[in-house]
Amino acid sequence: MAHEATLPATLAASSRPVRSATTESHLARLTLIAVSLLFVALFILAPLVLVFAEALRNGTGEFLAALTDSDTLSSIRLTLLVAAISVPLNVVFGIAASWAIAKFEFKGKAFLTTLIDLPFSVSPVVSGLIFVLLFSSHSLLGPWLQSHGIKILFAVPGIVLATVFITFPFVARELIPLMQEQGTADEEAALSLGASGWQTFWYVTLPNIRWGLLYGVLLCNARAMGEFGAVSVVSGHIRGVTNTMPLQVEILYNEYSFVAAFAVAALLALLALVTLVVKSLLEFRYSAQIAASRRH
Amino acid sequence: MDVRVKDIRKEFSHLPALENLSLDIRSGELIALLGPSGSGKTTLLRLIAGLESPTRGTIYFGEEDASSKTVQERNIGFVFQHYALFRHMTVLDNVAFGLTIRPSGTRPPKAEIRRRALDLLDLVQLSGLEKRYPAQLSGGQRQRVALARAMAVEPNVLLLDEPFGALDAQVRKELRRWLREIHDRTGHTTVFVTHDQDEALELADRVVVMSKGRIEQVGTPDEIYDAPNSPFVFGFIGESNCLPVRVESGQIWLEDRLIGLSAPGEADGSARLFFRPHDIELVDGCGGCLAGIVVQSRRVAGTRHVEIEIGAGRARVEIEVPPQKAIGEASRLAFRPTRFKLFRD
Repeated sequence: MAHEATLPATLAASSRPVRSATTESHLARLTLIAVSLLFVALFILAPLVLVFAEALRNGTGEFLAALTDSDTLSSIRLTLLVAAISVPLNVVFGIAASWAIAKFEFKGKAFLTTLIDLPFSVSPVVSGLIFVLLFSSHSLLGPWLQSHGIKILFAVPGIVLATVFITFPFVARELIPLMQEQGTADEEAALSLGASGWQTFWYVTLPNIRWGLLYGVLLCNARAMGEFGAVSVVSGHIRGVTNTMPLQVEILYNEYSFVAAFAVAALLALLALVTLVVKSLLEFRYSAQIAASRRH
Repeated sequence: MDVRVKDIRKEFSHLPALENLSLDIRSGELIALLGPSGSGKTTLLRLIAGLESPTRGTIYFGEEDASSKTVQERNIGFVFQHYALFRHMTVLDNVAFGLTIRPSGTRPPKAEIRRRALDLLDLVQLSGLEKRYPAQLSGGQRQRVALARAMAVEPNVLLLDEPFGALDAQVRKELRRWLREIHDRTGHTTVFVTHDQDEALELADRVVVMSKGRIEQVGTPDEIYDAPNSPFVFGFIGESNCLPVRVESGQIWLEDRLIGLSAPGEADGSARLFFRPHDIELVDGCGGCLAGIVVQSRRVAGTRHVEIEIGAGRARVEIEVPPQKAIGEASRLAFRPTRFKLFRD
């Protein structure tokens, strides 16, 4: 007992490092880090690298040739067009829905919130089939549409509709918690100072949610470009007309044009990577502002 | 500008928050709405602002019926408990907001807006901070920006919802004094909501005490403190004691004893006796006084608080005595209220 008490304080401290209650032992930490790294490397990094490796296997010449094929080019154009239509639509819808849910009390609010999640919970193939059921020639709307010369299924409108459906939760999901947290005091302040509804929206609400909105748009865009299942059902796979990039990848792959398939896939992956990099850059650049807009 | 609230009723999903309430606010006065939470004081403030609309009743701004006007048309200044500053704008832009968004016909020129905003920042003692963002300010500074922003539109009436509620005690006291000064300088008709009676009594020209959607009493701080007109106000404002008593031919009885207080002209029957802990005199021996056993004695700053059990019913009261006086626990103490009020049940 006696010599224990005389141990120098520093020695006693160093033999037993001070740890906070939530910190695990060295071994546990290493294991956790290793498992996560291994998992990421195996399931995310390796396939990504492989896609690029396969695409460039026969050199950049063949890679570029595959991308400038006319069918492929048209699929790229279609994908961009679909994204360019569906993302703005979902921005408008997302803001409207999250505004309604976060700032008003009304009957059926919980129901609306659940409905917004529906595209996330339903398999994309089912979503595609919904549109086939709605617009095919045997459906309720089909004959009427046909008689008026409106083509939705197996054409661009169908692809846009399916994409809008699939991607509509992204913006709303991002904004609802943010708007709920921010409450209505800022809007009330603006109104009390004489601002009209639109002025309040442009000068107060929109700046308050801009970062959340940007994330929503980026994620929405990534999914709009990458959607396969629902689009596959409604597109009809008409070459050079209704094939989006993901569908083009599948067709090329099934035809054993591996280099071409991987070239388009690489381009798709690149779009996703750019999205992620942009998001990270913005987060890094504006971290203080983002923190401030969440805190306040 | 005068503001008159007439027979206002407000229901939230069929539950009344305010019931047939009327109030006259005089031009240029600083008036406090004081009450516990749920008393409807914030609702009343928001009704005056136009942020809520009444279920029934009318609100007049001057001679004009403002009930059907929108919040924008009423031209009020509203200050929120949690400031509600626009976080993406600088302090200067926040203060200038109300002027900047005016339609071009009524909007002052840019330089003029800037000058007015800077003047207001000077008034609220924040000169030099105009380029900061709200997140870079302390709570007290933010609330001063909020006040400057509300005053920038030259409001008919300035409405403050628990303006110091989110601040710590020291800052609160400072801002209280400072708000009084600003009010005396600018003369805006000002209504503020608070649940802090010290704030209301120290700051306001008149205090409106509210409870359960009704106005209990309106009066100067002195009237409210010295002449509460209901048991609620007596109990809510300051410290008070309440004893169940009887009146018999003008004399007040506690159980079977006369307590040496008379109530001339009061009808016989039971009543409640209210008195403040400091409105008492200690007496020796007892023929006609309140006497009891000391349960607890605590020194609180400049006085000694003594808790006493009185009579067979062991009703507890607290009185204040000079701190030098030695009070032993379980000893007997006799006193008589010097000021009191009877409320009939």
